[in-house]
Amino acid sequence: MRRLLLAAGLIAAVTSAASAQTLRIALRQDLDVLDPTHSTTYVGRIVFAGMCDKLFDIDKDLHIVPQLATGYEWADPKTLVIHLREGVKFQDGEPLDAAAVKFTLEHYLKTPGSYRRGEISTIDQIDVVDPHTVRIVLKAPSGAFLAQLTDRSGMILPPKAVEKEGKDFGLHPVCSGPFKFVERVAQDHVTLERFKDYWDAKDIHFDKVIYQVLTDSSVRLANLKSGTIDLAEYIAPTDAAAVKADPKLRLVVSDSLGYFGITNNLANGPEANNPYGKNALVRQALDLAIDRNALVKVVFNDMYKAGVEPVPSTSPFYDPDIKVPERNVAKAKELLKQAGVQLPVKLELLAFNNPDILQEAEVIQSMAAEAGFDIHIQAMEFASSLGAAKQGQFQAYLIGWSGRPDIDGNTYNFLHSGQANNWGHYSNPTVDKLLTEGRDTVALDKRRPFYDAMMQQERKDLPVTYLYTTSNIVGMSAKLHGFRAIPDGMIRLQGLEMTK
Amino acid sequence: MRGHLGTRIAQIIPTLLLVSLLVFCLQQLMPGDPALIMAGEEGNDPVVLAQIRAELWLDKPLPVQYAHWMDNVLHGNLGYSWHTRQPVTQLIEQKLPVTLQLSTMAFIIAVLIGVPARVIAAVDRNRFWDYVANGVGLAGLSTPNFWLGIMLILLVSVQLGWLPPSGYVPLTVDWKQSLATTIMPAFVLGNSIAAILMRHTRSAMLTALDQDFVRTARAKGLREYVVVIRHALRNALIPVVTLGALELGTLFSGAVLTEQVFSIPGFGKLIVDAVFNRDYPVVQGVVLVTAFLYVMLNLLADVLYVVINPRLREA
Repeated sequence: MRRLLLAAGLIAAVTSAASAQTLRIALRQDLDVLDPTHSTTYVGRIVFAGMCDKLFDIDKDLHIVPQLATGYEWADPKTLVIHLREGVKFQDGEPLDAAAVKFTLEHYLKTPGSYRRGEISTIDQIDVVDPHTVRIVLKAPSGAFLAQLTDRSGMILPPKAVEKEGKDFGLHPVCSGPFKFVERVAQDHVTLERFKDYWDAKDIHFDKVIYQVLTDSSVRLANLKSGTIDLAEYIAPTDAAAVKADPKLRLVVSDSLGYFGITNNLANGPEANNPYGKNALVRQALDLAIDRNALVKVVFNDMYKAGVEPVPSTSPFYDPDIKVPERNVAKAKELLKQAGVQLPVKLELLAFNNPDILQEAEVIQSMAAEAGFDIHIQAMEFASSLGAAKQGQFQAYLIGWSGRPDIDGNTYNFLHSGQANNWGHYSNPTVDKLLTEGRDTVALDKRRPFYDAMMQQERKDLPVTYLYTTSNIVGMSAKLHGFRAIPDGMIRLQGLEMTK
Repeated sequence: MRGHLGTRIAQIIPTLLLVSLLVFCLQQLMPGDPALIMAGEEGNDPVVLAQIRAELWLDKPLPVQYAHWMDNVLHGNLGYSWHTRQPVTQLIEQKLPVTLQLSTMAFIIAVLIGVPARVIAAVDRNRFWDYVANGVGLAGLSTPNFWLGIMLILLVSVQLGWLPPSGYVPLTVDWKQSLATTIMPAFVLGNSIAAILMRHTRSAMLTALDQDFVRTARAKGLREYVVVIRHALRNALIPVVTLGALELGTLFSGAVLTEQVFSIPGFGKLIVDAVFNRDYPVVQGVVLVTAFLYVMLNLLADVLYVVINPRLREA
């Protein structure tokens, strides 16, 4: 009997030791404010993935799946009815119900400086049908709206805590996710601990999560190799081979939602007044002079995918009929001849100060030189380059976008005339109309043709010369199981488990 | 001397005011709109950008912005970070102990290596130990901190597994872990300062050893170590104290690369990130605190001169 008790005690001790586990995740940069209303950084979203559940989530194929919701239906093209999960609590004990959803969405819409406002500004009215049903009436039909609720706009906040904390909510955030906030030391770490009343507690296998900020890629790798961290949300393409070669580690590479390209200045100020900005044939010549496959091979160890669309090949909006053009220097020269421009065509290429990006710019410079371009690389610190782009102080700008699940988030703001991120002031009524129709249509199969047609036109005008889509390159301990590679790159803690 | 110290103390407030004004004006020259940078990828809503500018007083004339900030500072409020929305005083409270600990450890290592090595070398002038110390000093000066840091991580942490590769544990939480996480970065920082101290101690020692009072001390039959330590070194320490105060002040303002390599959350990372994010309140707050520390260290150096050299007491 004594032996049995001893054995039982030992098992209990081992089980408790196993469950009292801490997961250490390395982030590539420091995050901004921990309030979904004002948050702007990608890494901030990774921490929210552990702390704040959303109405909906996305799966690996970019399908929208319920999280705090159990389902939804469109009562008509402008009215979305969302059914909420019952028995869900916020981390401060407040119940999560339809009133909290209405409060949160109105908070996102009305709080001054809310970055969520633009994402959900199409909302006209929010009604609480019953404690677990909410009805959202939109100003116009929107195919992109639901996808907004899979990110920060879908994170529901506890009304009492938000009202009590006011502007300081980001210092003591409260949500309904599997882990609750403990502490943050800026530029160092964020600690979360397990929320015991989490609705999906059976899928949570850690007691604590520490997000460690490790900005240097070699330091991130060294920490992963020494076992100080369990997972690095991003491994530099040049470090991927080292992770692959280590039997104690595992590398997971998957499509992300982001892309990289050259944004061309077509009409933003005097910098647009040159053959490259004014003549599509010249831009098409540069497009043909670039060998995208060689570019990703040389600069990114073939970890990214050459492409000419703003969405990855896994997106339901990806058009397989648009092929990545083979490099064709002879045809590029012919196009320049046809355009009647003086050779070499001088072009300023703005790029921000990052070793990979500058190397990429140099590869483009060298490829383009063979076709008759004389590219001068203008390297600038990131924030300054963004300001320069906004003010039209560029001819071509090498820049990327982290991506959104719906194609609207990767196109409308960049290609529709008058939009804030349309730095080159591209304006084509056909493209505007197609983008608006794509946004205003709800059914996926009816939206797709609009975007296909839009991309055909984009490839002719080339306001953006898309180069490649990026990948999520995650390194982790080989003992870590249950990792799900989702294109948005967020680290979902549900199902993650450390084996002995 | 009391009058001299009084003047130095009276200079502190105008110095800090001047520093605050300079930083405020200089950061306005940085290109890029802080509101747009704060918004990052979300900067596509002009209404929100206008709200942010209004909230941060960016839509007010510069003298009004400065006066508003100064008024808050005089009331003990350094504002809040535009990027993380944390109070600047909280950020400084979090980082200052880290920077102080790292700087002090680095400085102790530098003094422990630099001063004795050079005293020995100066005594052994133009012979074996002098050459060895010269070589080591030159190597220390010419080794980039980030390279040495990464090499140490690879050797000591990844290969040997003796110390954690990066991160920081506060002294109050676990002093052993705290030392384990800071010893490598402190060594990297201390190594380059040791090299500088070595060179200065050597020349100061050589000058002191050639002085008449050293010859007199030797003529009196004092033992060599008494001559070197009590007579020569004490006099040679004055320029070394000046240099030490300056080097320590530099350490307090943050060692960006070393902090980056070892992921130490100190002042260096804080200010560099703040500059890149155009987080003006953090830049202003940290610079002000650093300037204050610098001024205080120089004051301390003045006091130390008097302690080391009694003749200055009558000056």
